[in-house]
Amino acid sequence: MGKKSDVQLIVDGKRTDGRAPEDVRPISMRLDVVSRANGSAEVSFGKTTAVAAVYGPRTLFPRFMQESDTGIIRTRYNMAPFSVVDRKSPGPDRRSTEISKVVRLALEPSIFLEDFPKATIDVYVEIIQADGSTRVTGINAASLALVAAGAPMKDMVTAVSVGKIDDTLIVDLNGTEDQNSQSDVAVAIMPRTDRITLLQMDGVLTKDEVMTVLSFAKENCHKINEQQKKLLLEKYTGE
Amino acid sequence: MDTKLVLPGDLIGERKGRRFGRGTFVEGENVYSAVLGIPRASEVEISVIPMSGVYLPVMGDRVIGTIKSVEVSGWTVDINSPYTAFLPLAEAVDEYVDTSREDISRFFDVGDVIFCRISKVTKGMNVQASMRDMMSRKLFSGAILNVTPSKIPRIIGKAGSMVQLIKQKTKCDIYTGQNGLVWIRGDDKAKAIETILMIERESHLKGLTEKVEKMLG
Amino acid sequence: MENYALELIQKGTRIDERKFDQYRNIEIKTGVIGPAEGSARVRIGDTEVIVGVKMNTGTPFSDMPNDGTMMVSAEFTPLASPDFESGPPGEDAIELARLVDRSLRESKCIDFSKLVITPGVKVWSVYIDIHIINHQGNLLDAAGLAAVAALWNAYIPKYENEKIVRGEPAGKLPISFKPITITVGKVGNTLLVDPVLEEESIIDAKMSIAIRDDGKICAMQKQGHGTLEFSDVDKMIDIALKKSEELRGLI
Repeated sequence: MGKKSDVQLIVDGKRTDGRAPEDVRPISMRLDVVSRANGSAEVSFGKTTAVAAVYGPRTLFPRFMQESDTGIIRTRYNMAPFSVVDRKSPGPDRRSTEISKVVRLALEPSIFLEDFPKATIDVYVEIIQADGSTRVTGINAASLALVAAGAPMKDMVTAVSVGKIDDTLIVDLNGTEDQNSQSDVAVAIMPRTDRITLLQMDGVLTKDEVMTVLSFAKENCHKINEQQKKLLLEKYTGE
Repeated sequence: MDTKLVLPGDLIGERKGRRFGRGTFVEGENVYSAVLGIPRASEVEISVIPMSGVYLPVMGDRVIGTIKSVEVSGWTVDINSPYTAFLPLAEAVDEYVDTSREDISRFFDVGDVIFCRISKVTKGMNVQASMRDMMSRKLFSGAILNVTPSKIPRIIGKAGSMVQLIKQKTKCDIYTGQNGLVWIRGDDKAKAIETILMIERESHLKGLTEKVEKMLG
Repeated sequence: MENYALELIQKGTRIDERKFDQYRNIEIKTGVIGPAEGSARVRIGDTEVIVGVKMNTGTPFSDMPNDGTMMVSAEFTPLASPDFESGPPGEDAIELARLVDRSLRESKCIDFSKLVITPGVKVWSVYIDIHIINHQGNLLDAAGLAAVAALWNAYIPKYENEKIVRGEPAGKLPISFKPITITVGKVGNTLLVDPVLEEESIIDAKMSIAIRDDGKICAMQKQGHGTLEFSDVDKMIDIALKKSEELRGLI
């Protein structure tokens, strides 16, 4: 809502949770959290936790939605009522409808949809605890789930948020920072080719600041992607 | 067994005039993996065996299917895939049948299980099945096991060696479908199922054959 | 399927022979809707959007007791295109409304502190309703333009004895900026503005960029099925900066 910078969010170079401006919160990731899904993952950035499950490719109903020359991807981003301090009433709202769409568009370029005409890949993202940067956390979980599901893909998708508080650019906004930021930007890329698949920016920035934000995002997405890859490989080489 | 794994977007190698098969894609001269799996490169083809994923039919595959509905002149077959296959009467029955007078459910009825071949797949994923060969048949009773389709080759083994071993030791009839279904009937069904599930879990690890031998005693 | 719009762009031209950085003719009429406190009817080529601003009283948000509120909605009416269906707003309408909302809110163009009737109890709520009349491409830029024009046209009605006296202005809506949203599309290696419908169907990806009067960016959103390179964003912002000045001059 209103971006107020009257709250001091960086003191002696440290953020409210003790991080330096360029630090990402501790990240944890695990696979196979939903037994019957074709692929699933849970990802936490600090206190923000997202669970993603992928079903499909599977037969698409209603039939009129089927495309004879390509498959489709459907996404649902949803916040659990208890994920935030003030209970969120269950079900889709305007915010989640928009985020579901941008998450879909962020993932879609990575998938060879043409490999499964008339079918769908359904990606469900549930935010079970929210402390800022929920959509990017959800995208990171969804991308892991897609690979685990064996979906045919060009690349993975990795996302991170970058923002500006107290005139300083910071990486991975927590909830307090998000509410009081001068600007926040959500970015997703396909790391192999550095293609942007999601870019949403709020707040006020100069062009130079936008370009700096993007280079921060790129650098951090590459680091996060290394963690994603390590986890996926460990699934089959561990023990 | 080589356990080097690749992820989507990983470079596997240069194409050098070779075919690029399942689980891969090409950009310029470079062949990349499209899935998490084990790369396989020969002189003619580069492919990746995926570690997971649903079954997408390819012509020539041998699959286990369940009759979903009986149509006027054939059957719709569930092949454990986002797509169903159509089995035309002429691809299933040798004798002459007058479809205007006769209900063809006396050959195959809803729920019947068949071992058949994918004979045609269009670009839009219209799939045709056929039973016009020596191996295709109707499968009576028995249990059906659902495994990751890409693990089927490991269950079959080199020239059928692995599945032969299980058949011998458990005295079971076993049919393996490339669509990830395994049909089993016999005395020691439980032992066979246990073994196959172990192979599925550990198919990418070394010393699999020894482990199977040990397990079957 | 062959697409002549694509073929033309590859040859360096467009269906209607515009330059890649050229908008169609823009026409802005304000004060077109009597019952609304502010309104604008904007045409960009054949694309036509009406925005109405209605002033109602309401309660402030608990965390901002001394600020008025704002609500942006969009209706893709089925009369405007065979692609639109009746029923509650779909995903695209919601996204458009939220993008217009962010461009206005983040630019801080409305001084919400001046929209207080009784602090913490009663404030003015600015309802901005976007109505699509004719969809021939680039709805967002047209909607954004119409919203800003309607807000600049809007007044606060007289408020007497706990009642709104409709039709009697008590003062202008406190607005100070003209945030302008420019959408830049990418087709192959070509960047273009103001795509018509046929061009929208072949755009790989596009970026909507909202720009304030001081040249600062106040909202961005990548749209479309494809991807963008980092260098594309750089060029798109430059185009948006240039075009936003031009469009701002029209209001």
